[in-house]
Amino acid sequence: MNDFSYTQATSAKEATSLLKDQPSAAYLAGGTTLLDLMKANLAEPPQLADINLLPFKGIEQTSDGLRIGAMERMSDVGENALVVQQYPAVSQALLLAASPQLRNMASIGGNILQRTRCGYFRDAAFPCNKRVPGSGCPALEGDHHNLAILGVSERCIANAYPGDLSVALAAFDAVLTLENQKGKQRRVPVTEFYLLPGKTPQKETVLEPGEMIVAATIPSAAHARRSAYLKVRERSSYAYALASAAVGLDVQGGTIRAARVALGGVGAQPWRSREAEKVLTGAPATEATFRAAATAALQGAQPREHNRYKVELAQNTLVRALQQVAAT
Amino acid sequence: METEPQFFETNAAPTVVGQPMNRVDGWAKVTGHAKYSAEYNQLPGLVHAVLVTSPVAKGRVQRIESSAAQKQPGVLAIFTHENLPKLAKTPDAPADKAALNSPMGFMPMTSDQVHYAGQTVAVVVADTLERAQYAASLVKVIIAPEAPVSSYQDPKAQLYVPKSVKGMPGVTKRGDAQAAVQKAPMQLAATYTHATIHHNYMEPGATTAHWEAADRLTIYETTQGVSETQKTVSLMLGLATEQVRVITKYLGGGFGSKAWVWPHTVYAALIAKAVGRPVKLVLTRPQNFTSMGHREEQQQTLRLGATKEGKLLGIVYDKTATTSPWDDYAETNSRIIGMLYHLPAYEATYRLAKSNVMTSTATRAPGDMPGSFAIECSMDDLAAQLGLDPIQLRLLNYADIDSSTGHPWSSKSLKECYARGAELIGWNKRNPKAGATREGKLLVGMGMATGSYPVHNSQGNARVRLYADGRAVVQAGATDLGTGTYTIITQVAADSLGIPPENVRFELGDTVLPSTQWSGGSTAAGRVSSSVYLAVQEVWQKLIKLAVMDKKSPLYGAKSADVAAEKGRLQLKANPGKGEAFGEVMKRASLGDIEGSALGRYGSNYEAPQTTANADPNKKENAAEHSMHAFGAHFCEVHVDPELGTIRISKWVSVIGAGRILNPKTARSQVIGGSTMGIGAALMEQTVRDPHLARYTNASLADYHVPVNADIPEMTVEFIDEHDPYVNAMGVKGIGEISIVGVTAAVANAVFHATGRRLRDLPMTPNKVLAALREPA
Repeated sequence: MNDFSYTQATSAKEATSLLKDQPSAAYLAGGTTLLDLMKANLAEPPQLADINLLPFKGIEQTSDGLRIGAMERMSDVGENALVVQQYPAVSQALLLAASPQLRNMASIGGNILQRTRCGYFRDAAFPCNKRVPGSGCPALEGDHHNLAILGVSERCIANAYPGDLSVALAAFDAVLTLENQKGKQRRVPVTEFYLLPGKTPQKETVLEPGEMIVAATIPSAAHARRSAYLKVRERSSYAYALASAAVGLDVQGGTIRAARVALGGVGAQPWRSREAEKVLTGAPATEATFRAAATAALQGAQPREHNRYKVELAQNTLVRALQQVAAT
Repeated sequence: METEPQFFETNAAPTVVGQPMNRVDGWAKVTGHAKYSAEYNQLPGLVHAVLVTSPVAKGRVQRIESSAAQKQPGVLAIFTHENLPKLAKTPDAPADKAALNSPMGFMPMTSDQVHYAGQTVAVVVADTLERAQYAASLVKVIIAPEAPVSSYQDPKAQLYVPKSVKGMPGVTKRGDAQAAVQKAPMQLAATYTHATIHHNYMEPGATTAHWEAADRLTIYETTQGVSETQKTVSLMLGLATEQVRVITKYLGGGFGSKAWVWPHTVYAALIAKAVGRPVKLVLTRPQNFTSMGHREEQQQTLRLGATKEGKLLGIVYDKTATTSPWDDYAETNSRIIGMLYHLPAYEATYRLAKSNVMTSTATRAPGDMPGSFAIECSMDDLAAQLGLDPIQLRLLNYADIDSSTGHPWSSKSLKECYARGAELIGWNKRNPKAGATREGKLLVGMGMATGSYPVHNSQGNARVRLYADGRAVVQAGATDLGTGTYTIITQVAADSLGIPPENVRFELGDTVLPSTQWSGGSTAAGRVSSSVYLAVQEVWQKLIKLAVMDKKSPLYGAKSADVAAEKGRLQLKANPGKGEAFGEVMKRASLGDIEGSALGRYGSNYEAPQTTANADPNKKENAAEHSMHAFGAHFCEVHVDPELGTIRISKWVSVIGAGRILNPKTARSQVIGGSTMGIGAALMEQTVRDPHLARYTNASLADYHVPVNADIPEMTVEFIDEHDPYVNAMGVKGIGEISIVGVTAAVANAVFHATGRRLRDLPMTPNKVLAALREPA
């Protein structure tokens, strides 16, 4: 770990100004991602701006939906009664993630910005286009058994966001509120927040230097109230998803009126599948429909030798999640 | 051995031995008072060493740029192969490797050669850990890389049959196994593969080296053997044995990895001398993956021939594994395959591939753990093919004597283990047909497997000091891996002395104490308990001698041989009413305390009288009259999700026959731990090495998965009451390793029963389950 300065910011303005002249400085919230990266010398910010005192808190009903402050902790949001009742998939995504200790520390904003678990990214001894642009990607012909099959490029096949929350947020049309150094706010849907790797895997989100996440707002909807998050992993807890699905259905008289589908663990970013939603909408809520939706969701998959299984696994995960929601 | 008193003779009804006593070190551990080897921070002037490791797996160090690091505040020194003080001995020559009992025939940083990724290439010393870490990150090691061989599966790998593997020949033949298999009416052949796995103990490898004088070194070390560490370090540094003191009061797990002296321990000692300050060196978690060995990835092919009734006629076995560039090391899986059942003919061959990876090492039940996977899955296959119940097939092939030596067993309770395990899990409710039991969407299966682990030869000393006030201090330079050695030895001493356990203090983990061998190979419980018990007998003999010569004693004039000690009272064997408490004898003799010491011996090598006097545990001469093994059986029920590929264990039963169980509570914990570790190997544990760069891609506890609580059901563990008069004075066989042997097979056999598919590639992760289910049953 490098030497760094640490300042506890008491306002957003103070926090953003700390990063003004130091593009590699970093905000520190729960620290569960950043400190790991610093200890491995993968991030070496000369300045840390602690934003834990900033007032980006609260879980409240607004006209746009439920607004969750970026500094809320994962555990608090996951157990919040409004979240549990109105967005079961979001609650489940939070509570199935990480471990209780990490959930108690990690902030919502930090979770949305967590970095990939790709072993080549996490070890500075390896080449990695995401870490050192142009250095290469050994994962292509190496260990990629838990890397992405959707939205990948020849430069990078990492699931840049390895977590769960953003999968559910993407499914239910959540919108992030961002604030820049001038104090100006803008709103970006989660589905547009992450960038595909393409030729620039080092650029992962639309965040501008110094810009921070202030809140996430999830619109209220029938399909969000009837939703679930299913996560498949190699052990029963404290593991990243091999495949996961956040789904919501509004079924009336056996017909699906509205559907939301997003996949985790398989995409270069949280993978909203409008193709699957299209198949589901207006169709009967049957296994055949769910199976067709799953096929559509994985249509564009580009698997490699060791993650080929993810096509079938993601399809089955999605079908199972839809069945579970349909049965509620 | 006949002259040695046996515990059961003097303790027909033990008081605390065999009771589920709580750990005597429990309070110290949960309150943080137990001092582990990296916690000796009060040493005057303590400084910190941090390793710089190689990013590449093969090459030569061309240049090291360390000037930026050198200039950092607090940096005291930076060592590389160019300035590391010279060692008196290194393990690079085979003869020296043997003398040093070294885990590797290579000492990194004594040349410019890089043989594996993560190999140490420099060590930075600074006044604080943070400064040392930062300076280490600034050291640039320029290596001319060469293409590495990543494993036996690498197309560049060259397989060879070694002359010997851990003392076993590269090829073993008993009868004509090839012919026996070829002619057999029933023939099966299968290949099993195993990923690399790591010990992943909680406590990382750590050394604190303190030169108390120019010729006196004290090392606080994470080791399973303080005496072995003392010997190896003194030889490598050119010191006399007694000039090195090694202390390990508590250990946070070892599993075989900490049974050896690894290079970082030696660096810490060398560097402490060079900088003139005590040095602490703690491996980071990623460094633990490349500094203290692992269980090698391997492939096993087992061909068996049997009669059409299911009796084994012969086995031809082949193991292919990755080894390091300079050693012929592999786990000796062939042992268990050759002795687990009655087997008339056997042939076993090892094939190794020298690869750019450090030498693998002992990992809980080395050899027997992976070997049991091959033999126990194959036996399950045979049962399925013949339409026999898996237990019935095993009973049909039950080994009444050891096929590999021809010797009778010293004791064996395997039939009782099968019967009790079957009863506990409800085996009679199992549908014999595979793939026929469902619970909703889930496939349900029940499986079992046999386990066995040998009683290794070992010996060691212990000392007992009994005070006239009824308290005692007991000492042996053993280590407690966290498994309960402190507790069980306290129990044995208490009963042997006839005093309550709270009056006993057992001290271990220090070379100033009587020397004993390492805690490894499931030997510590049997050896240390026997040594302590025998040391107590010496105390009694001394006191009996005093009493029979003391005119004021009721025992005055009796023959020593006619007097026995019973619960702390010296009395006539023929007339127990005549006698007195030991304190009375000591009081009259003005003795504040009295000491006894003894050498406890363990294993079949010590059976023949001519070898007892000066037994060398490494001697291969066969003095044995008995074959000594613990046996057991694991049973489990699994739920397999055929769409998601997940396997969850829903029931677990282990029944073990391992001689006397000193403490059923700590023993149960051992078996739970071993089974959990085996479940990890069965379902999730694997260290992945990049096939081109030969560097691990998941060297962290977030990405290397060990089981979490939610993966493990309530476990039922029972022990068969087994009396073994041959193994040692206490009749103890040890349970650390048998707890894991057979576990992976029990899980795989249950998965077969659930799905009708045989998974032979560990770990059985969801991708493999899905692939197997795509195949026809």
